[in-house]
Amino acid sequence: MKNRQSAAIQTVPVIKKRTFWQNVVKYRVLLLMCLPAIVFFFAFSYMPLPGIWVAFVKYNYRKGIFGSPFVGLKNFEFLYTSGKLWELTRNTILYNLAFIIIGNLLAIFMAILINELRSKWFKKVSQTMMFLPYFISHVLIGFLVYCLLNYDYGFVNKVLTSLGFERWGPYSNAGVWPVILIIVYLWQVTGYNSVVYFAAVMGIDSEIIEAAKVDGANGFQKIRHIIIPCLKPTMIILLLFAMGGIVRGNFGLFYNIIGQNPLLYPTTDIIETYVYRATIKDFNFSTASAVGLYQSIIGFLMVMGCNFVVKKIEPDYSLF
Amino acid sequence: MSNTSVKKKGTKVKLDSSDKIIRGLGYFVAGFYALVCVIPFLLILGTSFSSEAVVRKSGVSLIPKEFTTYAYKMIFNGGTVWGSYVVTIIMTVCGTALGLSIIAMTGYALQRKDFPFRNAISFYIYFTSLFSAGLAPYYLLMTNTYHLKDSYLAVFLPLLMTPWLIILMKNFVKDIPHEITESGKIDGAGDMKIFVSLVLPMLKPALATIGLFLAIGYWNEWYQSSLFLSAKVKYKPLQYNLYEVINTAQMLKNSVASMYITMQDMPTETLKMATAVVSTGPIIFVYPFVQRYFISGITVGAVKG
Repeated sequence: MKNRQSAAIQTVPVIKKRTFWQNVVKYRVLLLMCLPAIVFFFAFSYMPLPGIWVAFVKYNYRKGIFGSPFVGLKNFEFLYTSGKLWELTRNTILYNLAFIIIGNLLAIFMAILINELRSKWFKKVSQTMMFLPYFISHVLIGFLVYCLLNYDYGFVNKVLTSLGFERWGPYSNAGVWPVILIIVYLWQVTGYNSVVYFAAVMGIDSEIIEAAKVDGANGFQKIRHIIIPCLKPTMIILLLFAMGGIVRGNFGLFYNIIGQNPLLYPTTDIIETYVYRATIKDFNFSTASAVGLYQSIIGFLMVMGCNFVVKKIEPDYSLF
Repeated sequence: MSNTSVKKKGTKVKLDSSDKIIRGLGYFVAGFYALVCVIPFLLILGTSFSSEAVVRKSGVSLIPKEFTTYAYKMIFNGGTVWGSYVVTIIMTVCGTALGLSIIAMTGYALQRKDFPFRNAISFYIYFTSLFSAGLAPYYLLMTNTYHLKDSYLAVFLPLLMTPWLIILMKNFVKDIPHEITESGKIDGAGDMKIFVSLVLPMLKPALATIGLFLAIGYWNEWYQSSLFLSAKVKYKPLQYNLYEVINTAQMLKNSVASMYITMQDMPTETLKMATAVVSTGPIIFVYPFVQRYFISGITVGAVKG
């Protein structure tokens, strides 16, 4: 008995001083459970990293990434002087800003209104219908837009001509696409995004709302002075996280709606679509990689900056 | 008496009217938006059963005009869509099963308080969502180093997991009391045994949610296919098959038995519509039954990334 106790006491410091390799042996099963994921991210996320070098060379297929002649920052220089980098950055950021700001406001608006619905049946059915666009591939979304807007038999043109108006050909008019893309985006995600706010509205202490009613607050005052202030923390956190991704574009949406239509590029080309074309169509890996690296670095800084702010406001929600 | 009661009555009436306005607005806006979400799909469905001539003349419509199933017959008789179905179903089933088991194991191990490597491995995984090499180096690696051009593996493997799904799983595991693991240890069970027989049964909602995200990812996949699958691959995944049918005339021709038909006779537009319906139909059909898991995924994983 005494022996066993002393043995137990002795093992305590040993646990604390366990070396790396002893830990590996002791936790080998847990490590093995993580191994597939570790291998996966190594193969598909870490292995491409050395390839960033292609942004600093004049890529030659036969010589490979590391055998091609080094050109320093020339690839970046070309993008900068041609104004392309500025155009892409501007488009990406402006679209994202519109998506984030209008998207969040609409989601809050929808969440508050859904919260007011009393018919459970109506609530359930309408919410089910609202999520539907989020489930659908971007390929089909692009096709839906085409069916609505195309010149020959699109739904909009059919309505216009039946009312005696001229046909409308947006596919050759770059100016209107920001509006169309923003509407399509909002159409696709508002139902889904409103769920987060809806959960936050549901989480508000019903006693506060009851108390306000007893004090004579009407419906508008209840929303203005109780619900919206209660949603503020959620909104700020979501906005900050969204800001972290402000230079990352929604490739699927843009590529499937715009496709390869150079007429529309000035107002619709974002970083992702440009990089994609440079890689897949032009095989211009050096330029594509230069833009990609630029985006990765800015994106990284944005996430770090936004996380820093989140940590200041609400340490529980910070990512790390 | 009368004074207070009037006042009370007054506030009550006021309260009712503003609530009524908001509620009415709620029903109108929610109902309108819900319809707007569904109508475009119905437009495609309706038009896919119309005859090509009518579509060209008077455009898309909710109700089929000159009802015909010609477009569907053309797709299903010797077209590529059957093969695409097989490819997509196999990928979705295998990818969801494999991805889900890996994500569940990793999520559990990384949530174990006593696991000394949890922070290091969590950061290793999370870092990949902070900084990426970009498309061009990834493309060169996949094609020149891994030689996955024109291989289904190039589509199948990258979709197995994302950092976000692993974090989501970690959040689900967090809610399982640590005592469960402890009690398993006291009974002398190994880590794997504890995970499979004690933890996994409690993770059913998590498995449903994350499995749904994975399955949707595989079903809707077109991006990796567009990068890595060339014309050499006859049967593309369903959504990429749809992409090609919509965007390239040649593929449209291949998607039907092409021997006995000339381009002029092709019902191109209704064929696109029918392919869209066939490619999307199953997921819309399943969707109402599984959407509640989707919601749990948003609320568990939304803010805490």
